[in-house]
Amino acid sequence: MSNENQYAIVTEDLDLWYGDFQALEKVSLNLSGGIITGLIGPSGCGKTTFLRCLNRVNERYGNVRTEGTINLLGKNIYDPDVSLIELRKSVGMVFQRPNPLPISVYENVVFGLRIHSPRSELKRSVLDEAVEQALREVMLWDDLKDNLKQKATELQLEQQQKLCIARLLPLKPEIILMDEPCSALDVEATSAIEELMLTLSGKYTIVIVTHNMAQARRISDECIFMLLGEIIEHDRTENLFLNPKNSKTSDYIEGRYG
Amino acid sequence: MLQRSKYKVIREVLIEWIIRICGISAVVFVFAIFLFVFWQGKGLIFSGDFDFWKFLTTKEWYPASENNPRYGVSALIAGTVSVTVLAMIIAVPFGLGAALFISEFCSPKLKETLKIVIELLAAIPSVVWGFIGLTIMNHLIMELFGAPIGLTVLNGAIILALMSVPIIVSIGEDALQAVPDSYREAGIGLGVTRWQMVYKVLLPAAKNGLLAAVLLGVGRAIGETMAVLMATGHAVHIPFDAEFPFLHGLDSVRTLTATIAAELGETARDSSHYQVLFIIGILLFTITFAVNLTADLIVKGVKGK
Repeated sequence: MSNENQYAIVTEDLDLWYGDFQALEKVSLNLSGGIITGLIGPSGCGKTTFLRCLNRVNERYGNVRTEGTINLLGKNIYDPDVSLIELRKSVGMVFQRPNPLPISVYENVVFGLRIHSPRSELKRSVLDEAVEQALREVMLWDDLKDNLKQKATELQLEQQQKLCIARLLPLKPEIILMDEPCSALDVEATSAIEELMLTLSGKYTIVIVTHNMAQARRISDECIFMLLGEIIEHDRTENLFLNPKNSKTSDYIEGRYG
Repeated sequence: MLQRSKYKVIREVLIEWIIRICGISAVVFVFAIFLFVFWQGKGLIFSGDFDFWKFLTTKEWYPASENNPRYGVSALIAGTVSVTVLAMIIAVPFGLGAALFISEFCSPKLKETLKIVIELLAAIPSVVWGFIGLTIMNHLIMELFGAPIGLTVLNGAIILALMSVPIIVSIGEDALQAVPDSYREAGIGLGVTRWQMVYKVLLPAAKNGLLAAVLLGVGRAIGETMAVLMATGHAVHIPFDAEFPFLHGLDSVRTLTATIAAELGETARDSSHYQVLFIIGILLFTITFAVNLTADLIVKGVKGK
């Protein structure tokens, strides 16, 4: 392909096994940069597994074996000489349940800077500015600017999830992975997070796994339908929902299974 | 049909009471023991010529003197404190390090093996540890440090450290296991190294549980009797002096617990020597109670949040 560079993430023949169970089969995808890509499919179809390959968090469990390549940021991340630390710095992840660390709001936001920069660069003013900028970007600054010392685990869930997004931003990630980021939240919090995702798209490449088809429709630019570890269809979201090419896709979208 | 038989009603009530009594008995025993120890020592406490402050602050321990018995326990307290502190300096890094390794870094198979071995370590009787102190450690310390006698603070502290490590490891490991996995994923997602995972994520999240583990280890060390009796040389002596104001690790000392164990059998019942040993018992009881209570409150603090 000649215009490969326009894609933020390119995977080729990605296979993944948990022990003997094959969870991903020959996944080859081109994900464009700067947009929101939604991953949908029934439970156990491999969408979360695929997402967790993109920053190699899957490998913390011992029985995972991966073959194939994932090219992002100009490098195959399964090359043996890849720096996992740098990879995870550029590819941030938001989890299903908000998981801020049990330290202050402020320390949560600067956590990434503290672990990735030498101590001499971390002047108070730099950190303060990073906190304000990140919290403004996720629309938390006005709520929390007077409570930066508060323990992050005591916040409301919506604020916690926004904080989990905010703590990625000081590291200037290229890609943000979101694994059902709203599944623990109520309706209002969900719409607040969705609004936030829309403001972040364009600046970051966002890949989101969701169970909620309406959500995929509302926020994603492109959508991928997966089934049993395989990619069934990948298209612009409106095309996928209005004119699905594959009958499995249309059956799923119309709720005949899943 | 709906009527229960008398027998069943009575059985229910009976079982309920038996369980209730089992539950309360622990509390009753603790109070009974404290009362007993206090009762045995109270004659001297209220006799008028017993000065509690003098008891705590003088170092002359001559309980068996015919015409001028003196009961000063400051040297014994210094013995207990020095052995315990040195033991903790050795045991805490080893114990917490082992807890971290078992909880975070080793394979599941190795983890099971290590846990069993560490529990075995806890099961060794203290008198056996005393043997080791009296024979192996004694010779080692004499050879390595050229000390005239190897039964010293250092010897007792090493033995006590080995005895407290299992407690610190097993409670510390529980505390680390209680750290939600989502915190680890948060750390990994942000790109922490293994070492950063330990000191940036796990230690802050588990700090209360780990502190409780250390305090329970301290409680174990303060209360231990037989092993320190055999390993520390049993000399009433304060292992500090003005010239060299640090711990003299190669001095022999005697601890509060060892004093009770060694002397109680040789005193006449209700003599003042007998009673003063029980006052030492009260002192020990108070110290360990305070340590355990602190540990408990710290653990509760974790759950409260």
